[in-house]
Formats: sequence, structure tokens, C-alpha cells
Amino acid sequence: MNQFVLVDCTTVDGALSQLKDGSVVKAAGVDLLDRMKNGTTTPSRLVNIRNISALRGIHPSPEGVTIGALTTLTEISEHPLLQSHYTILTDACGTVATPHIRNMATLGGNLLQELQCWYFRSEEYECLRKGKEICFAFSGLNQYHAIMDYGTCPSVAPSTSAVALLGLNASVELTSAKRGKRMVAIKDLYVHPDANPTKFTVLEPDELLTAVMIPQPAKGTRSAYQKYGEKQSNDWAIADAGVVLEMDGNVCRKAAIVMGSASPVVRHAPEAEAMLAGKPITEEIARAAGKAAMQGAPLQTAMQGAQPLSMNAYKVQMFPIAIYRTILLAAGQMGRDPSAAS
Amino acid sequence: MATTKIPSSTGVSPDAAQDMAGDGMKTVMMPVGVPGYTLRQEPRTMPATQPPVLPINADLKFIGKSPERWDGPAKVSGRARYTADIQLPGMLYAKFVDATVPHAKVISVDTSEAEKVAGVKGVFVIENLLGSAKLLNPSLEVSKYPIVRYAGQPIAAVAATNPQIAEDAAKLVKVKYDVMPFVVDMDQARRADAPMVFPGPANQAGTAGGGGGAADVPQTGNIHGPSVHTRGDIEQGFKDADVVVEEHYTTQVQVHNALESHGVVADWKPDLLTVWASTQGTASVREGLAGFFNLPKSQVRVITEFMGGGFGAKFGPGNPGVVAAALSKQTNAPVRLMLDRKEEQLSVGNRPSSDQTLRIGAKKDGTLTAIHLVSYGTAGCGTGAGCAGPATNMYKYASLRTEESDIFTNAGPATAFRAPGHPQGAFALEQTIDELANRLGMDPLDLRDKIDENSARRVEREIVRNSAIWKSRHATPNVDHGHIKRGVGVGQAVWYRNISMDSAAEVRVHQDGSVEVLSAVQDIGGGLKTVMAQILSEQFGVPPQQVSVKIGDTNYPVGPNSGGSVTTASLTPAVRDAAWNAAQNFLASIAPALGAQPDDLVLANGEVSSKSGKFQPISFRSAAAKMNTSEVSAQARRIPDYDRKAYETYGGVDVAEVEVDMEIGLIRVKRILAVHDCGRPMNPKQTMNQINGGVIQGMSYALYENRLIDSDYGLMVNANLDRYQIAGSREIPQIEVQLIQSYIGQSSTDASGIGEPGGIIGTPAAIANAFYNATGVRIRSLPMTPAVVLAALANTSQQKETA
Repeated sequence: MNQFVLVDCTTVDGALSQLKDGSVVKAAGVDLLDRMKNGTTTPSRLVNIRNISALRGIHPSPEGVTIGALTTLTEISEHPLLQSHYTILTDACGTVATPHIRNMATLGGNLLQELQCWYFRSEEYECLRKGKEICFAFSGLNQYHAIMDYGTCPSVAPSTSAVALLGLNASVELTSAKRGKRMVAIKDLYVHPDANPTKFTVLEPDELLTAVMIPQPAKGTRSAYQKYGEKQSNDWAIADAGVVLEMDGNVCRKAAIVMGSASPVVRHAPEAEAMLAGKPITEEIARAAGKAAMQGAPLQTAMQGAQPLSMNAYKVQMFPIAIYRTILLAAGQMGRDPSAAS
Repeated sequence: MATTKIPSSTGVSPDAAQDMAGDGMKTVMMPVGVPGYTLRQEPRTMPATQPPVLPINADLKFIGKSPERWDGPAKVSGRARYTADIQLPGMLYAKFVDATVPHAKVISVDTSEAEKVAGVKGVFVIENLLGSAKLLNPSLEVSKYPIVRYAGQPIAAVAATNPQIAEDAAKLVKVKYDVMPFVVDMDQARRADAPMVFPGPANQAGTAGGGGGAADVPQTGNIHGPSVHTRGDIEQGFKDADVVVEEHYTTQVQVHNALESHGVVADWKPDLLTVWASTQGTASVREGLAGFFNLPKSQVRVITEFMGGGFGAKFGPGNPGVVAAALSKQTNAPVRLMLDRKEEQLSVGNRPSSDQTLRIGAKKDGTLTAIHLVSYGTAGCGTGAGCAGPATNMYKYASLRTEESDIFTNAGPATAFRAPGHPQGAFALEQTIDELANRLGMDPLDLRDKIDENSARRVEREIVRNSAIWKSRHATPNVDHGHIKRGVGVGQAVWYRNISMDSAAEVRVHQDGSVEVLSAVQDIGGGLKTVMAQILSEQFGVPPQQVSVKIGDTNYPVGPNSGGSVTTASLTPAVRDAAWNAAQNFLASIAPALGAQPDDLVLANGEVSSKSGKFQPISFRSAAAKMNTSEVSAQARRIPDYDRKAYETYGGVDVAEVEVDMEIGLIRVKRILAVHDCGRPMNPKQTMNQINGGVIQGMSYALYENRLIDSDYGLMVNANLDRYQIAGSREIPQIEVQLIQSYIGQSSTDASGIGEPGGIIGTPAAIANAFYNATGVRIRSLPMTPAVVLAALANTSQQKETA
């Protein structure tokens, strides 16, 4: 790790005024310190926002719920109202890493963590996402990489909470000293590598992610998230699924099905969602939806459907299962999967 | 099976000696066998000076019981000082400069910029690298600096007044490479046109912990071997077979990843080099440093007060030890050098991979007529990938041929790793035996009863046979419907009774009634300190917590290096003999004050009494006050086993229950039953702790762990504990350890080691056999990740094994 200056801030305005000269924002530092220790991030100046108490808290309102960016994943996953009305989010936040990390990690930090691709995370590999020419994953070790919509870089979307928040149609509040606040939908937060390989989100250097707003779910909404890895504790997703079902009795009015570790940017599976809309949820239709997700039209690239790399065809088998089981979990027709991370 | 219960008091007293031939030897009866199964008394001949035979554990007060860990409070309260906790006045912090390329000649190392940094006190450039194999003919390579043969190889080190300065300055050391072609993939390395890791024959010596490979073998390209061993007529053996099973297995490279990284604090003074080391062998570190720097051993002191884990990779000073000592000499200051996680993964050892073709012939009744193993494996730029141990030593056979070869690759050199060669060998052997049982239509335990002559494992299989987990096993594979299939499988372990004669201890008794035991031996986490205290408690009757245990310091009598599961088996008899002798000296010392002859006195149950009833028994502490000097003591050294030949090997039987998610490809280990023996268990709870650890490490190896190196660039991509997958809390199954007492009558404590036989050898094979039992499909490749499982399940060309 390089030497750096640490600026400790206790107010949002104070922190915003410090966002200069290549400063890097540090919340819990879970992701940042990893990158500093492995030498892939070498900031000369850190702005510590962890002690801004105004950015911590879960605030329900008639419009939905607002969650401060520094709220920890444990606080979210253990929140009774979120558990009952936004199950997909508490499921997702409750499966991240380990209890110790969840006690530290913040929602904002989880959303803004950088790629988990091991080439990107090794200082020796100067890759496309670091502004160089090459992606090493295509010809290299790609067992955990993307199977859909990846274009020039098959790293996968790293944030688990983003899967849930996309399914819930949430937005983030970005605040800058000069321009004030702006709201950005989760679907617009992330930048696909084909659009700009070195800019991962639309967040500008003078902006802080200050809050997440989730609209009130429609009546009859049920949701769930499940993550599958090689291990059930402390592992990254190989396949995952976030499911939000607006139910009218046994009939699904509208469905959101979201995948995180399939592609570089967290994405819906519109083909799967369309398959559920207006139909009763059954195992048969849930399985069909899972398969349909792998036939998905490209959202960010020209890539049609799942196109596995040299070592990750197994992910194409796992995703439909993750999706079908999570649809049934959300619908209350299947218990939490013992094979999923917990 | 005959069950012989005998009164355990027989053979306790030295009076039981039946034959004093006058040659300084005595023959006494000792308990032998497994209580409840095969316990009996057998005669053993031993020096007449040996203490009385210990009865079985049931009749002892401290030995064989499980008092709390002697150093537990120090560990959980943070008082325990590990190597990284050592702070000395003026101490410097060192940081390695590691190679960033996998194969190169180092043209120059420019340290000038680093030396200019304020706070940097010294830079050392390595010219004599340890760990890797060495060319037999060094003139094939002319280079001032060691050839870089793997990315992460240490090249130099910087010592500075704080760790941050050392790290920053290390980045300023400029290494100029003449880059050479490299190969990291074992299959590519076997090709005739592969880049050569060494330009000629090369050998790697093992460490005090084992490892290393055969030296007198051919070398062709990167292929070092084969090392061939034969017994009997293998061709005839296969001709005699009614059934022949031949299968191919592969296993990955596993990295040790002990919780405490490698490292030392070295303090070079004109008359004494003192080194605090995270080591499995204080003796090995002293020997290595004395040899490297041409110092008398008496001027090197090595201290390991507490040790944060070692699985075979921490013997000798290694590169960190010699570099820290050199920097300390150069800077006239103590130097601390601890490796980081990445260096741990790259440069201090690993378990080699394997690629095994195993062919076994058997008669219809199960009798093995022939075993033929052809194995390859890469130990990186070292050797030691052989894995024929289980095939050679587990079962009885008419003929055997093993051909083991190392394949050099541009990766970090392997070292000994918990039961070197055995988890990989047993993964192949025990699946093949399982398959053979299916072909023969035999129960897998029955087949092993037929071919396994080890009496302890016979008892262990009996325990397995009667266990709930085994009774729940489907007799035929692939019974369950639905996406979760359940299976149970068995895997056996074989290990060896290794004894180090460099095992000595001194026991001191003080006039105030305190007792202490001293040995240079280190406790690498198994709990040796507790066991040593228990032995003194048994002798003197004071509770273990009141015994002072002073170990991990070469100032004390020599101790064994903790490799090969030797420590408890080797050291505890020396401790007991020293305690017994000290007790005799103690009785002689108090006899005058008691007005008795020493041979009238008995020290038992914490009291001194008179055989002739001359006085009422008095407590040990009151008796000590009557000593005629302030201290009495005795030293003892390990003597050879009493009857070695009959007990060369031992082992265990592990059973796994798995659930396979057929759609997701996930194997979840639900339960493990680990049935093991290690002679007399000195402290059953600690022994079971070690078996738990072995089971978990074996399961982690079977399902998760895998060192991954990009073959295009030669760099490890998961040199961290995030992407190098190790079993976490959710993965740990219910583990039941059934520890049998297996008395073998070999020493004054009759203990054997458990670190290696316990769990890591049998568990991977048991999981694989359980997977077959669940699914009817074999997995012959480790680790068994979802990718591997789904590929295996998709392979519909799987053979039917049943006849």
C-alpha cells in the first residue's frame, strides 16, 4: 500500500469540499483497502466519509424507503420492514461476503465497488479496464466471467445489492457541491465497458453517492434473491437471481428478473419477465423463464443470448436453475434453497 | 472378533519385569491392542532404566485425559507472543522485492534509488536462493544472480525503520531481466518442444519435514523421472487377475496458507545470532542458519514461543530467514521479515499436482494380484510430486510397480504439505478400490477387510460398519430421485510411525514444589505444551496448570522438527523418562530428611509415601521442602521403539455423507465420520481437534482449493484469500471423530502422531466415493467444483461399474 493523506469528514458539505486533487472517497474501505493493498489503486489522498452520521439510516415514507448510503449491509438485512416489503434487498445484502464484512460494508460502497475480475485486481495485468489495450480473460482463466452481453470485457457486475435495487426500480441520489443533488436510476448508474472501459459508473469525481431511494412496491409484491457460488460462505456469485413478482392471487401481473454475475452490468431478463406476466406461477413456467433468460436479447452489445467463454459454459446451466428456484421462492412455492449462499 | 478385557493394573509396576538378564535390559508386559476389541498384554524388551509401563488411559489420572489447553488463556487473551509480535529496540522492517516475471536471467539489480530513501538502512540482493531445485551441473547457467524460475521469486530485500518505508523503497529497486520462455502448465511442460525450466538435470532436497524428490532418476526435458519401484512380477500379477480396473485421475496444486505467514525476527550480534521464527523446527532453523553463515551452532539461538500454523512448509530458515539474518548483520540492527499473503501463495511451497493412471488387478475374492501406478505431477521448479505412498503401503498385493515423475514448471517450488503425496494418491487408490468392489459385487468394507492387514483399521472399519452414517448408505448408487441425491462413501488413510531421535527434555524439581520441563521442541498448534504438562502431572501429582512448560528455544535440550507426525510420538517418551528420572533423583534428595532409604519411597498420586510404612504419606510439596539441594533435575533422550517392525504403518478410515445438487452441480458435505488411531491418545480432545482440522483441510482440498496460474503470462491470478477458495464456516459438515486407543507397546508413552493420518488423506477419497454412491457417476478430478460436477454429470458415457 502506498502512503496517503487521510482527510476525515463528518458532514456531507465538508466531504464534498474535499473532493479534489484526485481524492478517493473511503466509506468502510472494504473494497478500497483491498485494491490499495494489491496495488491496483494508489490514491495519494483519501476522504473518509464513514463518520458522516447523516448518511446512515433507513427512512420509510409513503413513497417508499430512503436508505442512507452509509447504512451497513447488516443494518439493511436485519431491518424488519425491509425484510417484509423488500425481501429481495434483505436477501441480497444478507448474502454478501461474511457477517464481519457486512457489519462494516455500506450500501453505497457495495454499489460502487470496482470489478472483481482477477486480472483487473492484479497489478501485474494492465488490462482494458485500466486504460490499456488487452483483456486477459478471453484467452485466460475465465471460469467466473460473464456469459452474456459482455462485448470487450467479460468481467461481471460485482455488486449484489445492485441486483436487488435494479429489481426494485430504485434510484441513487448523487450530490455535488456545485450542482447539488441529482437522481439516477440504478439501470443508468453503471457504464458498460463498451461505452467507456475505464469509467465504471456515471458518478463524477466531485460527487458523493448519498442515498438510495426505493419506491413503494405495488400491492401483492413478493420478492427474493439467491446467490450460488462454489462455496456458501464468503464467495462471489457464479449465478444469481433477483426476482420481484407483483401478484394478484396466484397470477403474476408483472415480474422483474435480474441477473448480476451474468454480464458486466447488472441486467434484467426481459424474455423471462415477459413469460411470467399474466400467468400463474408454476414450476413449469418458472423453469421456462429461467431458460428464456439465457436466450436474452442484448441490452448493451450486439451479443444475442448466452455465449459462454472457454471455461464457463457451466454458468449457462446454473443461471436458469438459479432463476427458476428464486421465482418459486419469491412466489412462496419453494423454500430457501439449501444450495444457495446463506 | 475376540474381545479381551484385562485388568489394566498388571504391568504397571517395575516389579512386573519378568526377565532381568543382566544385560541392562528388561522384559515387561505392555498393553497392546484396542480396548473393547483386541486389548491384550504382550512382552516388550527395553532398557532396564525405562520407567514402569503406563496402564491404559482409563487407569491414568492426567495422561489420556483432556485438560484445558495449557496455553489457551495466553492465546485467547492475546498475551501469547507470536513471531510478528516480537518488538526489539531499534528493530528494522524488511520487505522482499519479488520477481514479476516467471522465467528470466537477472542482468542487474539497481538498489541505488531505494538506498537513498530516508529510513532505509540496508538493501540485500540474494545470490544464493533456497527452496528451488538445483542444477547438478551449475556451469550450464552462468549468472551472478539466481535465475528467476517463477513469478514471485524473491530477488532482494529492503530493511527500513518502518514497514511503509520498506515497502515504498522495495518498489524502487530496479531489476533488469533477460526474459526467457516459460511454461506453467504441466501438460504443456511435458511436450518435447516446451521451454526448459532447467537447462539440465536438477534435484531438490527435501526439508526436515520431508518433500523433495528422487535424485537418481533420468531427466528428459522438463520430465524428472520416472522413479520406478517394483515388487513381485507385475505382468504375472495382471495375468492372474480376474478383474482389472484402470482409471485416470488428476489433482490440483494446493497452497498451505497457514494463518500465520512465514517470517522471522533476526538479531545478529557478534557472539550470537538470535532468531524468532514461525517454524515447525527450531532445530532446522538453527542448522540452516549455522550452515548458511558458517557459524557454530552454539552461536545460533532460535526461539518459537508460539506458532500460528504450519502444514509442512515451515522448516529451515528459508529465504526469509537467511535474508533477515543477512540484513541484521549488515545493518547491526534486529530485522523483522514477515511475508504477505501473496508471497505466501507464491514462494514458500505448495502441494504438487498429480496426474495418475492407476491399474489394479484382483481375483474374484478380492485378493489384489497387481497394482500399477504411473504418476506425473508438478512441484513447480522443485521436485517431490510422487504420490505412490498409498498404493505401496495401504494394502496387501502380489505385485506392484510404481513410476513417479516430476514435471518442472515455472511455478513456485513445492514443499512438504501435510502427508506429502498421500491425499492425491489416496484419491486415486481409494476410488479405484471402491470401483473394484463394485465390479466384484463386494461391499467396500468387506473388500478392504480382505486386502488390508492393518489391525487398527480393521477395528476402525468395524466401527464404521456399525455406525448410523454407514448404515444409511444406499447399497447401490444413484438411488434418490429429485434434484438432491444423497450418498455415503469411505476412504482410508495410511501413514508411518516416524520417530526422531533428536528428542530430549529436561525436567527440574524445585524445593518449593514447582516443576518445569524444558525442550527446544516447538508446539505448532497441536497442543504439545499441554501434553508435556500432563506427563509431569501424572508423575508428580500437581495439576497441569501448575507445571511450567518451557519449549521453543534451542537453548533447551534438542527437540524434533515437527514433520511426519513425529512430535508427540518422539518427544513424549523423553519427557516421561526425564520426569521419571527426576522423580527418582527427587526421592534420593529427600530420603535423608525422611530418615528413609530412597527405594523405600514411592511418589504417586501427588504424595510421597513409604513402602515400609515408616511415615504417613506427605504431599509432594511438603516433601519437596525436604530436598537437600534447591533443585534436582534429569534429562532424557528418546530411545528407539521397543519393537518397531510390527508397527511401521497406521492410519484411519474416513466416511463422508454428501448431498449433490444435480442441477446446480454443488456438492455439500453433510457429515464426516473420522475413525482414527494414534497409539495412546495423550489428550483425546486435542487429538480430535487435529483430526477435525485434517478433515476440514481435506474437504477444502477436495472441493474448493486450487492455485490458478495464467498459462499465457505465468502469473497466479488468485494469490489471495479472496479468490483462493478455502472452506468457510458454512461448508463445515458435522464431524464426528471416533478416536480409538490403539496400544502398540513401543515406548514409555506409546503415543503416535495424528497430524497427517487424521483426515486429510482419507476425506477427499471418501467424498468422491460418496459422490459416486449418490449419483452413479465418478469424478476423477479435483477440486470438485460445480463446473467439474456438471461436466461429469453431463458425460453420459460413464461406465457401469457393477458386474
